[in-house]
Amino acid sequence: MANISIHPDDIIIQEQGFDDHFHDHHHGDKYQSSFINHYVFSMDHKVIARQFLVTGIIWAIIGAFMSIIFRLQLGFPEESLTWIKPLLGKWITVDAEGIGKLAPEFYYALVTMHGTILVFFVLTAGLSGTFSNLLIPFQLGARDMASPFLNMLSYWFFFMAGCVMFYSLFLNTGPFSGGWTAYPPLSALPQASTGSGAGMTLWLVSLTLFVVSVLLGGINYITTVLNLRTLGMSLWRMPLTIWAFFVTAILGVLSFPVLASGFFMLMMDRGLGTSFFLSEIFIGGEALDRVGGSPILYQHLFWFLGHPEVYIIILPAMGIVSEVLAVHARKPIFGYRAMVYSILAIGFLSFIVWAHHMFMSGVNPFISNFFVVFTLIIAVPSAVKVFNWITTLWGGNIRLNTAMLFAIGFVSMFISGGLTGIFLGNSAIDIQMHDTYFVVAHFHIVMGVAAFFGMFAGIYHWYPKMYSRFMNETLGKIHFWGTIIGAYAIFWPMHYIGMAGVPRRYYRFDTFDAFKHFDSMNKFITIAAILVFAIQILFVINFFYSIWKGKKMTTRNPYNATTLEWTTPIEPIHGNWPGKLPRVHRWAYDYNKDEREFVSQITPMREGEAEDH
Amino acid sequence: MTYLIAFIIIALLAVIAVQIGKVSELAASVRGEEEVAEQNNNRTGFFLVVFMVGFLAFCVISAYYYKDVMLGYGPWESSSEHGKDLDYLFNVTLVFTGIVFIITHVLLFWYAYKYRQQKGRKAVFLVHDTKLELIWTAIPAIVMAYLVANGLVVWNNVTAELGPDDQYIEIEATGYQFAWDLRHPGADGKLGTKDFRLINVANNAIGMDWTDPKSQDDILYSGSDKIVLPVDTTVRVRITSKDVLHNFYLPHFRVKMDAVPGLPTYFIFKPTKTTAQMRQELRAYPEWNVPADPTDPEGPKRWEDFQYELACAELCGIGHYSMRRIIEIVERPEYEVWLASQKATYPSTVRGQDFDPLKDKLLLDFEIGARSRELDNMSTSIWSKVKQGDRSTIDSLTLDEITIRLKNVFFETGSANLNEASYFELDHIAGLLGKYPQINLEVSGHTDSTGDPVANKALSLERAQAVYNRLVNKSVSASRLNVSGYGQEKPVDSNETEDGRTNNRRTELKVISK
Repeated sequence: MANISIHPDDIIIQEQGFDDHFHDHHHGDKYQSSFINHYVFSMDHKVIARQFLVTGIIWAIIGAFMSIIFRLQLGFPEESLTWIKPLLGKWITVDAEGIGKLAPEFYYALVTMHGTILVFFVLTAGLSGTFSNLLIPFQLGARDMASPFLNMLSYWFFFMAGCVMFYSLFLNTGPFSGGWTAYPPLSALPQASTGSGAGMTLWLVSLTLFVVSVLLGGINYITTVLNLRTLGMSLWRMPLTIWAFFVTAILGVLSFPVLASGFFMLMMDRGLGTSFFLSEIFIGGEALDRVGGSPILYQHLFWFLGHPEVYIIILPAMGIVSEVLAVHARKPIFGYRAMVYSILAIGFLSFIVWAHHMFMSGVNPFISNFFVVFTLIIAVPSAVKVFNWITTLWGGNIRLNTAMLFAIGFVSMFISGGLTGIFLGNSAIDIQMHDTYFVVAHFHIVMGVAAFFGMFAGIYHWYPKMYSRFMNETLGKIHFWGTIIGAYAIFWPMHYIGMAGVPRRYYRFDTFDAFKHFDSMNKFITIAAILVFAIQILFVINFFYSIWKGKKMTTRNPYNATTLEWTTPIEPIHGNWPGKLPRVHRWAYDYNKDEREFVSQITPMREGEAEDH
Repeated sequence: MTYLIAFIIIALLAVIAVQIGKVSELAASVRGEEEVAEQNNNRTGFFLVVFMVGFLAFCVISAYYYKDVMLGYGPWESSSEHGKDLDYLFNVTLVFTGIVFIITHVLLFWYAYKYRQQKGRKAVFLVHDTKLELIWTAIPAIVMAYLVANGLVVWNNVTAELGPDDQYIEIEATGYQFAWDLRHPGADGKLGTKDFRLINVANNAIGMDWTDPKSQDDILYSGSDKIVLPVDTTVRVRITSKDVLHNFYLPHFRVKMDAVPGLPTYFIFKPTKTTAQMRQELRAYPEWNVPADPTDPEGPKRWEDFQYELACAELCGIGHYSMRRIIEIVERPEYEVWLASQKATYPSTVRGQDFDPLKDKLLLDFEIGARSRELDNMSTSIWSKVKQGDRSTIDSLTLDEITIRLKNVFFETGSANLNEASYFELDHIAGLLGKYPQINLEVSGHTDSTGDPVANKALSLERAQAVYNRLVNKSVSASRLNVSGYGQEKPVDSNETEDGRTNNRRTELKVISK
């Protein structure tokens, strides 16, 4: 190791670090000895993170493309879609004049798949899967996850879930088409909809595999955070990213099994003749012999996951944004403890607000009182987070690079979408707004676009940690401006359509006089959606091009950040640190504390220096 | 070929994108990374401020442009009583959130610009500030408490069940793939029971139990019939579903509730504007003064075609977007006229048919009630005019007016024995004769032209005699009644058709002077 260019961080780690005898019992690198072990069935958290990310990107492209097709139907219902017949086949029916129409069955299938794919495969697996895997061991100073094998299984269960879902797109009866929430009886009875046949069976199989993936991943994240923190890394010294991933994992482990139980009951209703969710149904010309169940029970089980799920999506984005804002503003995150308590409060409250999705479902209106109160309480920790982010910018020395722009964009989106939640969380206003485009606008901005912004911030920021190269900044900025302007152009006008009362999930609007007068707005939204989609292609090009051709990372810590991932070698190695594990002496946000521009977590305290947070 | 060209264009764009990226990196390395970074930082900061101004302007201007869809404003004012509270709450929330939205956005982008990285600047080391944090925890908490309190008051008012003394009309909406069956409770104001096992596509769309007297006067509106409701009257809608989830959604009345199979839900609202009134109000807006059908410029204007619509707001399958029905709101008197013209479903489409579970019962309670009212009305309008021994009044009335054609008097075939079901009508007439002692009647029997005229005549006399006997039994003085049997001599209809012959076989009571 007598290298003259030995990095100063390595010297500190060698002097101060914690010797876990990593290489002592290590006979050849079994983990990464062949291509298959290294790139396919890898147990290395860094590789698994990239696997989650690339898979997520592929699903995002598929899911977004689906939205373009159904937006064409909504914006330009009279235009011919014959050009897409080679791809969609029988789902485009061409009439005598050569005008191709999207079949309503497939419109609903597209809407359903778009929701399922984006919520679960992209914003759960692609976001939390990627960054929890990448950052938990890195930022805690761990060699890898507590169980690398379970971690590998987590990815491959996700992969299998994806394969099953992808296969369902090609079924003769089409994929499931009853909405991503899959409410029975529509989802339980094949005679109710063609998509509720084999398509629904595969949907359930796929998402059950997905639940397994989330649980394996979540257990691993929790265990790693609790047990594998390096010497000196107390809970109150963890970066906010880790806090966010930690709480996210807890939410997932507590809520996904409830969803699975709902799925199992639904499977039994579909296959074994039980009646958990069915009662008094006359369909297809016959009265079913299925009584005593309640469709509302499924909704309770679904939303007991479904609501924590939106925080499973948004908390990692919040963590990433907190970190990116602090690093690039060159300031400590404002109110670190308040941020942690907010995450914990949001995580706790997310379990007792689920029925605010069900104000209009026929639950006892008295019960709604409690859910209104808890729901609007969530606004308080959310507001605290927003104020703290803004204050973090105040007095900073801000680098406005692409990662930072996306972090700022996240805050804007979170404000815009969060505020509309105050309308919807109030059950009285929800009477009119429920299931209209106002809801579509709300959740797309607050957990769709905002979560994507958090993800983009994370990708641009930690790309060097994944590929040892940078993504192109110019393309990144074009991507940012196109996305923020385009996303608002898509979703802002939807508030107005929703206020006018137009329901979501309509195949066309001209059937109602009250809903059919927004043609020009629908065209505008569709065009904006196409442009935003095109801009995302630019991101994909930038992403894959930079893997091989991006600007090389020449220093270990290009952002002058304080966290541990930047003390590892430029070229990632198995076990993350070559010798001892780094020892942590301080929290993660010592930026411009004294004359030093930043102080890494591995730097020992000076005499008399206080850890004041 | 088209696909090839499209593919080539996309590939070219990709190459261009990569080149832009490369060029910018090259330029940076030529001109010195640091200098370029600072220039970029300045430019990006400026863009952020421009974006903030543009975005906020876009929000405000678009809100003004779309003011007609603002709840509670202009043409989008609620047409129900509780809707006004909802709209008010919406606007209060809009004010609070609007203020927060603008302040936070200005600060977010302004700080990003103002504190952008510049040479020689050092960031402030600010870890936390307890006072500040308490303030901005407390303010949202107070605002939220205010909004929650308001919201819950409105919510509990809207969802409160009606008491036993409340006046209301209860209708029922049953969703199915892909339409609504609407049910009006009929004259008794009560919806009858139903059971999904009784549903029969051909003749019992929602499975009404016809043996329940409350069902027998219910009016079912299937297909595309509109339902009419009176203004300023509380309406309770019972909402159910036959198959999957649906949602009963009346956007103009701010009404929305899921229809759940096996679990009836309800929504209570009070319309405050008639359809006609709404049209007059909409007339004032230029966007409602365009032709309703753009291809027919001479046709009715949009406001003239305005209707309150019922939609489905819960995904229910491929026809979800097409479950439209019209609800018409009218003034109370107009509603009464409309209701009187409606035919109850059971008597008009089921009674006496093969699938009528009560086909063996000759007389049902509602039929007794209807006939009683008919006879009572006749007696008050005709009999009351006739004075003792007043021949001229009787002569001035038409034959139809002075004749009661007995409806519910049943004889066993070929005999003159009265069936028990016949007693109601005769007893009721006996009662009326007690009230109008000046009335004298001729009881006459008639047959159709089939069979032997002599035998017919004898039978008709015997049957008239049976009616006479029943009336006399019910303490009508025999001196007030004459009895005749006319056989086939006095047909009132053609004997060529089955219907005509049925009309000709009858027993009549005619007012005579004695």
